[in-house]
Amino acid sequence: MTTITKTPGTTARSAGRAPDEKRDLKIATGLSHVALVAWALITAGPLLWVLLASFKSNTEIFLGKPFALPNSFSFETYANAWSDAHIGRYFINSVFVVVISTAGTMLFGAMAAYVLARYKFPGNRAIYYLFVSGLAFPTFMALAPLFYILKSMGLLGSYTGLILVYIAYSLPFTIFFLAAFFKSLPYEIEEAATVDGASHVRKFFQIMMPMARSGLVSITIFNIVGQWNQYLLPVVIMSGPGADQKLLLTQGIAQISVSAGYQAEWSTLFAALVLTILPMIVVYAIFQRQIQAGLTAGAVK
Amino acid sequence: MRHGKYPFIIGFLVVPVALYAIFVVWAYIQAFYLSVYEWSGLGPVTNFVGLGNFQKMIHDTLFWQSIKHNAFLLILLPLITVILALVFAFLLNVGGGHKGGVTRGVWGSKVYRVIFFFPQLLALAIVAVIFGRVFGPDKSGMINGLFPESWQPWLFLADERYAMACILVVLVWQAVGFYVVLFSAGMGNIPQEVYEAAAIDGATRVTLFFRITIPLLWNTVQVAFVYLGIAAFDAFALVNIMTVDRGGPDGATSVLSLMIYRNAFEFSQAGYASALGVVLFFVTLSFAWVTLSATRRESVEA
Repeated sequence: MTTITKTPGTTARSAGRAPDEKRDLKIATGLSHVALVAWALITAGPLLWVLLASFKSNTEIFLGKPFALPNSFSFETYANAWSDAHIGRYFINSVFVVVISTAGTMLFGAMAAYVLARYKFPGNRAIYYLFVSGLAFPTFMALAPLFYILKSMGLLGSYTGLILVYIAYSLPFTIFFLAAFFKSLPYEIEEAATVDGASHVRKFFQIMMPMARSGLVSITIFNIVGQWNQYLLPVVIMSGPGADQKLLLTQGIAQISVSAGYQAEWSTLFAALVLTILPMIVVYAIFQRQIQAGLTAGAVK
Repeated sequence: MRHGKYPFIIGFLVVPVALYAIFVVWAYIQAFYLSVYEWSGLGPVTNFVGLGNFQKMIHDTLFWQSIKHNAFLLILLPLITVILALVFAFLLNVGGGHKGGVTRGVWGSKVYRVIFFFPQLLALAIVAVIFGRVFGPDKSGMINGLFPESWQPWLFLADERYAMACILVVLVWQAVGFYVVLFSAGMGNIPQEVYEAAAIDGATRVTLFFRITIPLLWNTVQVAFVYLGIAAFDAFALVNIMTVDRGGPDGATSVLSLMIYRNAFEFSQAGYASALGVVLFFVTLSFAWVTLSATRRESVEA
């Protein structure tokens, strides 16, 4: 029933479409939709399931029937996740770290990229390649030394340490991307500003930064998402005494998952997951186009 | 331009270069240095062992197991993801057939794209927590919950035969949407006339896919292979959070990244961890080089 016989395209067909060809097209389009809907369900299914389970009691969760509606919509699990499981605190910690580290990454990355892209001086290429070569090294390789560097500086378990490391490890790609962008901008306006007596610093902030806006937006989104989703670096750096108050969201969720596993008590975990994912869905719904452009910017380049 | 150029250059570079030198460059140099020492992570680094750490690796069965698992991901993750993403992107962009000489995507292609892409936005750590439950080994797991009542629950991650396949499934689940969007962007750059001309010649959609879309998209596909290959060497968050006994059962999901982490921070083997890191570096680099040269072919200019 479901097999379609593809008529070879070489048979003589003139402008007017034969009825069987039209039917073929319909079947093929239908099959396309079947495949696409299937993948959409596979993508959204687990997320929908998490949402449903977050309202269920632990007993209900163990009954099976994953996509059945919960018996009642109670928000008790959410209250637990927010206060007892500290999701609220982890969330604020993550926001705090990412706001500062992304701002720092963009400021220092743009400054370095601008100078490297548009000023001639001895050592320019050497510094540029030093930054870009960072793209070739896996972070895992630096893990143990990084830990001891931070330890010797007394920065272990501190936001300062984490933020500085986020900035440092985001620089290679940020500089690689922005240097290419600054190079592509026209020189005439800058020259005119020089004639008018604008200083280098002023040219950068008042002329070049506004001109580079689209590139800056893409790479800012790229860095926000990348730093927000970091798991490895916080796990390594936010360790030691007192660090449990400073955990980031990714770490916190992982920890809740472990303790939920010990007690086989899942309902709080699901609520915690919803509280984590929901803000991302809201942000994604608003900035969907910019986010897609920002995240794919690296690969298109 | 004359006065104040150098103070300006130095002023703009000093902070980024300093941060980068301390936390990145110095850390990588140390990694190479530590890889020839036996060092627990405490006290002075004195016990020079030369290539001892690398010899130890050769006799470490967990190392070879991990390499095998990385290779499994390295081959299958890019292959499955790229094929699925190419097919979906093609259906979204060209699947609607051609009417009046214009090739169109299927109806609702924007909605599909938005849904497909979303997992990319989630941290791998969060995806790991979600799928730890999706693959739950009793009725509370999503998949086991969907199975008929009479079935014995599947163990998934607790079964060493299937645990690695579960990891692969999760990585594919997260990655496909990103590459659908990436390939869609590439397909959007293929001029309409190319499809039009082919359609006039009577080409079917299958022919369009293999003869036009793929050759014109080859550069992007190449990039996708390299990116996904590098992702296959990570997978740390998944294995650390999702699997039984972290890397288990019985080493069945151990990967290089997890070994590095555990040796450095749990087994007090910072020297050995650095040596493993050096190996990871050379393996990643040679992978990128091999992929780029093996997939090199005449790129077709659109």
